[in-house]
Formats: sequence, C-alpha cells, structure tokens
Amino acid sequence: MLHQALDQLNATFPLRGRYDNFIGGKWVAPVRGQYFDNITPISGEKLCEIARSTAEDIELALDAAHAAQRKWARTPPAQRAAVLNKVADRMEERLELLALVETLDNGKPIRETKAADLPLAIDHFRYFAACIRAQEGSLAELDHDTVAYHFHEPLGVVGQIIPWNFPLLMAAWKVAPALAAGNCVVLKPAEQTPMGMMVLMDAIGDLLPPGVLNVVNGFGVEAGKPLAQNKRIAKIAFTGETTTGRLIMQYASENIIPVTLELGGKSPNIFFADVMAEDDDFLDKALEGFAMFALNQGEVCTAPSRALVQKKIYDRFIEKAVARVAATRQGNPLDPTTMIGAQASNDQLEKILSYIAVGKEEGAACLIGGERARLGGELEGGFYVEPTVFAGHNKMRIFQEEIFGPVVSVTTFEDEEEALQIANDTLYGLGAGLWTRDGNRAYRLGREIQAGRVWTNCYHLYPAHAAFGGYKQSGIGRETHKMMLDHYQQTKNLLVSYSPKALGFF
Amino acid sequence: MVERVIATPAAVALIERLRGRHGELLFHQSGGCCDGSAPMCYPKGEFRVGPQDVRLGEIAGCAFYIGAAQFACWAHTQLIIDVVPGRGAGFSVEAPEGVRFLTRSRVFSDPEAVALHAQGPPQRG
Repeated sequence: MLHQALDQLNATFPLRGRYDNFIGGKWVAPVRGQYFDNITPISGEKLCEIARSTAEDIELALDAAHAAQRKWARTPPAQRAAVLNKVADRMEERLELLALVETLDNGKPIRETKAADLPLAIDHFRYFAACIRAQEGSLAELDHDTVAYHFHEPLGVVGQIIPWNFPLLMAAWKVAPALAAGNCVVLKPAEQTPMGMMVLMDAIGDLLPPGVLNVVNGFGVEAGKPLAQNKRIAKIAFTGETTTGRLIMQYASENIIPVTLELGGKSPNIFFADVMAEDDDFLDKALEGFAMFALNQGEVCTAPSRALVQKKIYDRFIEKAVARVAATRQGNPLDPTTMIGAQASNDQLEKILSYIAVGKEEGAACLIGGERARLGGELEGGFYVEPTVFAGHNKMRIFQEEIFGPVVSVTTFEDEEEALQIANDTLYGLGAGLWTRDGNRAYRLGREIQAGRVWTNCYHLYPAHAAFGGYKQSGIGRETHKMMLDHYQQTKNLLVSYSPKALGFF
Repeated sequence: MVERVIATPAAVALIERLRGRHGELLFHQSGGCCDGSAPMCYPKGEFRVGPQDVRLGEIAGCAFYIGAAQFACWAHTQLIIDVVPGRGAGFSVEAPEGVRFLTRSRVFSDPEAVALHAQGPPQRG
C-alpha cells in the first residue's frame, strides 16, 4: 500500500528525492552540503533527503526575507489577501496530494489529513485574507484640534518554528496571519516531518513574491537555534514544549523581541452524570468525545488526556467508553478506514511506552491497550501504540504529564467543586472539555476552568475565528483568530495637532 | 544517599561523546507537548536556571534540573536517563547524532522514600 501510494504520487506530481531549502523563491542547497534522511513512521522506510541546514542558511533566508520585506509590507492589504486566497485555492486543487504527503510524513490517517488537516489549513489562509481586508486602524479625537491616529504596521521579518504533529496545519496557523499582516517569514519545519512543507512550497512557491516565505530545514540545535537567536528577526513564534519555550524566551530577551509560544497541556475532559440521563444522540456524542484522546494518535497539544467522570455514573459510563475505544480501527494510515495510525517517530513511541510503564508501576489500572501495537507486514517497522485507558488518581504522573500518545487517564469526582479542583490541578491550561445537559452548569464551570479553550459539549474542533492559546505553562498568545494579527503587528501612533497656537510653556 | 536521577551506561557514553564536542553540559527535564516530557541537553551556561528550578542531581558529571512545579508531581519517582534512536529534540544537542535522550522512571520504594525525606529537599537553581 505504501509503495503504491508513492507511485501514485509521483505520477501526479513529481516528488523530489532530495529537498533543498526554499529561499528567495528558489530552491537553494544548504551551504555545507549536508542532508538527512526523512523516514515515514508508517514503515520506518526512507522517503527522501532533507537539507541539514546551519546558521549560514538561516542568514541566507534572512537576507532574502529582508530584501522582500519593505515591498511586501507596502503591498495593499487587498493584494496580500489575494495572494493568500490564491495559496488557499492552489492547496485545495492539490488537496489529495498534500494530504497523502502529510500522511506519509507524519503517520496520521489519510481520512484525517483529507478531512481535517488540509481543509483547515486552507481555511486559515482564507480567514486571515479576510481579516486583513477588514482590519482598520483607529483615530481618537483627543480634543477639538488634536487627533491620535493608530496604524497597524507589520513587525518586519519573523521567525517561526513549526511542530511535527500537524505539520501543514500548524504552519498555516502561523504563516497566514504573519503574511496577511505584511511580514516576511523564515520558517523551520520540524525535523521529524519536513517533507509536507517542501511539497507545499513546490505547489505554491510561484504565487508568493520571492523572499516573502522562506523555508529552511534542519535540526533544532543547528538551524532552529540560530533562527531563534538571530538579531535580524522581529519576533519568534514557537509551538513545542516548556524547556525549549523557556530557551526561546531567553534568546528573545537578548534581542528584546516578542514571542508567541504554544507549549502543550494536560487537558481535562469532564463528564457529568446527566450525560447518561438518556440513551440518545447526546450520549453517543459524549462517548465519542471520550474516545477523542486517540485522535491524531494522541499527538495533540489539547488531547483530552485526563477524563473526569462523575462517580455516580462511572461504572456504566466507563463500560460504554471502553467499548467505544475498543472499536477504534488501528492500521495502515493510508487505508481510508483507519482511525488511528502511527506515532510520528521512534523516540515518540519509546516515550509513550515509558509513560505507560510508569502508569502501571504507579498502580493505575489499565482498562484497555497498554502495549505497542505490532501490525506486521509492511507496517512491522512502523511506530504504533494501542489506544490505552488507565484508571487512577490525579496525582499520578500519567495524569500530570503530556504523554503525547493515545493514552487517557480516568478518574472520578463527586460534585462540581471537586471536578473543578481536579481540572485545574495541572501545570497547564490549554484546553478542556465539558459534557453536561445543564447549560447553566456548563457556563459556570466553563468560566472557572483555567484553560484557554473550554470545549462545551464538543471536543477537538479547530475552526478559524475561535481563539486558541494557553493559560499557565501552556504558553503566550492566541492563534486561529483575528487577534493573532496583533501578535504580528505593532502600532504606529501619529499624534497630530491641527492647532496653529503655541502651547504657551516656553 | 538515594539518587533522584541516574543514567544508563548508553546515556553516559553519549554524554561523554557530546562533552567532547560541546564542552560541559547541563540537562533540563522538559514538560508539555511535542518533544516535551523528555530531557533536554544543552551546553552548560546556555540555559538559564533559576529559583524555579530544582537540581535533581548529576549524571555523568552534568547537573540535571527540573522545573519546581513539575518536580512536585514527579518527586515520588526516580528518573533514569536512557538513549534511544530518534529524531528531533528542540535544541537538545544530541539530535543530529540520530539519537534522543529518554526519561524512564520508577517509583521509589518505601525505604527509599523515607531516606529521601531524611535527605531533605533538593537544592534550587
């Protein structure tokens, strides 16, 4: 199936055996001539070679971005928006191709890349194209003759470091607002999943003025660090984890530039007893909401990895919930019926297995799963984990750490107060889920949960125009909403006096 | 003396190799998503530790830190730093070698927990 898919791809769109960097509108070989192998987590086989870039390549990309910046910033918003819309259209034309590459690169099921990753990525370009057209500055009439004008100006050249869990979608989240606002971008994809972005540049590169979007691949320490540390960036955006997030803030402090950070979570998914008041569509939806921990193999910053179930329904609910998990189809990510595919890398697989081991040692009960999945055949070398449900208590490490795998830890609560206490007993605050038929309770709790997004009677929706970002250690900034433009702009105030009279001070 | 963090022979060997290339090193245990919940290895002095960091101990002569809030959740386990084939690790220095440090863990026994209590809290940054 894997080789058929590659053949099919090559017949429709020539893939490169080796991807250089995309700088100044051209493919540019890395200065030191080094490459690394990009493997597919589906089978562990090599897909292509990717530039292993260093500081010299980052400088080339910054040269190109700075050369393009002034013109791009002065390009009328309507024209910038038109470019973003063309990018979206081209991505839509190439949806099947990009979805397939994304699945090969990351290991996620093809049904998700086709139905979620790509359509959402496309929509974010269209959304920010619309936002920039609609954005206005302001004026304040301070007195009859004095006016304060406020203009939105781009920051300049910005650096962006993209994670590997939704490679194209996370790139779209960052690239679309940055370009809409008139910035030029130097972007470094994750070294685990570098290919999708390069195929995308092959597909859309001709639509963008040279230097507006530059993509440099390589390892974090060799290419990401010289980007984050660079005095020629006006802002750095990063999605990843806390220690690197701190290091990026530290680097940014040396240049006194802003950062936006999205650093993960340990999101609670809370089920009140009334979800079982009827055996109806709503209960079915809530059970699906429970099983959502396995979406994208659990490699989601907002994965609902702590399930909090009200004690009085626990036994009945968990029986149905585990049955729902048992019905998850794990298999070849290229099979359109597959619901859970491969973890993105071997070290990710090893990390998940190490946390499953911790959970067992801490005394959590494993209700289903708990092992590496051996799928045999061409998938034998791939990185698969069984969807796993643990029952335990919130002080266990499996309740406190982001495992970033298809693992949920379940505990119980007596009442609203205890639900809230457990929900907020975490270092993070990115997402939360809340399931109840009582609208007043949903509002009350939703406002009290310390998380940037509280999905209420739903989960894992990521539409443009709903802000996404974290409380506490989960980061700084709000993406996927027009307010993200603020993170890519600065304000110019013209304070103008229309009075001919002196102040009378001197 | 009960150690809060130790390293496998493979990890020690990798640290020795990296030290030859990058000089003295420091570890900080990360939390959060993507490459998180895993140890990060930096040239000493690269990563600023402060009063919100706990010094868990040393592995192969390198100080090993964890954020204090995270330590509160992890204090009942010993961290065993290992190395596995892998790719990508934020700015951790081992990634270009095609390997990745990995934190394995085990729960301290009751006698160890008593001994740790007697040792007192680990020092801060």
